[in-house]
Amino acid sequence: MNDSLIYLAWTVTKILAIVIPVTISVAMFVYAERKVIGFMHSRMGPNRVGPLGLFQTFADVFKLIMKEVILPTSANRFLFILAPLITLAPALAAWAVIPFSAKMVLTNINAGLLYVLAMTSLGVYGIIIAGWASNSKYAFLGAMRSAAQIVSYEIAMGFALVGVLIAAGSLNLVEIVEAQQGGVWNWFFLPLLPLFVIYFISGVAETNRAPFDVAEGESEIVAGFHVEYSGAPFAVFFLAEYANMILIAALSTTLFAGGWLSPFPALIPDHSLWFFLKTFFFCFLYLWFRSTFPRYRYDQIMRLGWKVFIPITIVWILVVALMVVQQWLWWAP
Amino acid sequence: MLEQIVFFTLAAALVASALAVISARNPVYAALFLVLCFFTSAAIWLLLEVEFLAIVLILVYVGAVMVLFLFVVMMLDVNVAPLKEGFARYLPVGLLVAAAMLAEMLLVLGAQRFGLERFPAPVPNPPDYNNTRELGEVLYTQYVYPFEIAAVILLVAIVAAIALTLRRRPQVKHQTPAKQVQVKREDRLKIVSMPAEKREVES
Repeated sequence: MNDSLIYLAWTVTKILAIVIPVTISVAMFVYAERKVIGFMHSRMGPNRVGPLGLFQTFADVFKLIMKEVILPTSANRFLFILAPLITLAPALAAWAVIPFSAKMVLTNINAGLLYVLAMTSLGVYGIIIAGWASNSKYAFLGAMRSAAQIVSYEIAMGFALVGVLIAAGSLNLVEIVEAQQGGVWNWFFLPLLPLFVIYFISGVAETNRAPFDVAEGESEIVAGFHVEYSGAPFAVFFLAEYANMILIAALSTTLFAGGWLSPFPALIPDHSLWFFLKTFFFCFLYLWFRSTFPRYRYDQIMRLGWKVFIPITIVWILVVALMVVQQWLWWAP
Repeated sequence: MLEQIVFFTLAAALVASALAVISARNPVYAALFLVLCFFTSAAIWLLLEVEFLAIVLILVYVGAVMVLFLFVVMMLDVNVAPLKEGFARYLPVGLLVAAAMLAEMLLVLGAQRFGLERFPAPVPNPPDYNNTRELGEVLYTQYVYPFEIAAVILLVAIVAAIALTLRRRPQVKHQTPAKQVQVKREDRLKIVSMPAEKREVES
């Protein structure tokens, strides 16, 4: 009994050791976004609160927490409050299987890849429930758009992951990274290039980020599914969205860019810093996309997902399978 | 001991949420309780060390099927009052059907077929047991024909579903993206060079 208590306390400590840094990275990511987009627009970005404006996000969070939580009339109170939490829970739960280095992983489970896919597919519930419980037309329209978009892009995403699974021969994320050993040419982004590109773009669509942010589409439906949210619940939605973005970046790193592996193993050793560096790069891509591309039209989003991405992924899965069966692989250990 | 506590908690949650699915007045609540149902059954499967089935249950049913369910249920404006009108009239027939089903189930699902002595507790698998690999090996060797026939049936269903909803409507305008991306600047834009007009300056 005592042993299991110690085990429980140790696990909770490890969970906190992941959740708290993720939350702080979300705050810094929001700051980075405002700063980077500011520079791309030839502006300064936030520079008033703290040195270089570093505490701007914390100031915003405190402001949001202080604000009143407004419940719209005839909104479904229970689901209205529940929705942000349902969005946040899977966004944080998926972090449980991300390997930061060969030893630094909370749970090294067999079916890690499937677990991640299942967790990311749950995020849509918070959005649908929020849209419905708000009892608002705009919120509902945003929720419908988001649900259709996430369900569509999840298929392409799943197929891209099948390609990774075939190439690595395992569902375990640590084994997937270890299958990419031997320098930058052995990382999966090269043999699986179309799947890598499709995975990351689908990830952008899954997190409802620009240029796929029609779920929020402020020029058409005000703010989409969270139009009725204020104060702390809104902050939770925000946190979940950014945690999901960092998660997709971390997953792209793990699955296609060699995780903690060094690009030139002969010169520089493998280290978890590589993981953070690569994740940072993918996070930066998000910001770069946002300030570069105009928003997609909804029918174009659907066309891209169903008629372009899914056929390409299916074809490339066949190619990868052929490469594995015929031993045309240069990356296999 | 701990496993039993977990099992009974999950089983209680499963039965309670299953009851809530049929007794909830709000159809959205019913759909959400069904989601909870799938979740708890997936957790019970995890206790049986079948992680592939458990995660696929969440991935397919919770992540895709129930999202579409919720989609439809939220779009429909279900008015419950007319549905309840014939309740007293249909009650005897309903009871009869329910009694027949209960009797059938009791005959089939009794303790003599599914009792504890028939199904002893499963032996824990070795630590390197990989449920996904085991299932895959069985599915693609022993059961490859049933598996592929099921796949073909599903494909036929997909084609049929699309064919049913596909209507030819010639009057609807639509775009051909292939043509759109092939457009060159010369097709759309004409630069006309005009000499600056000189205006008489009135003095």
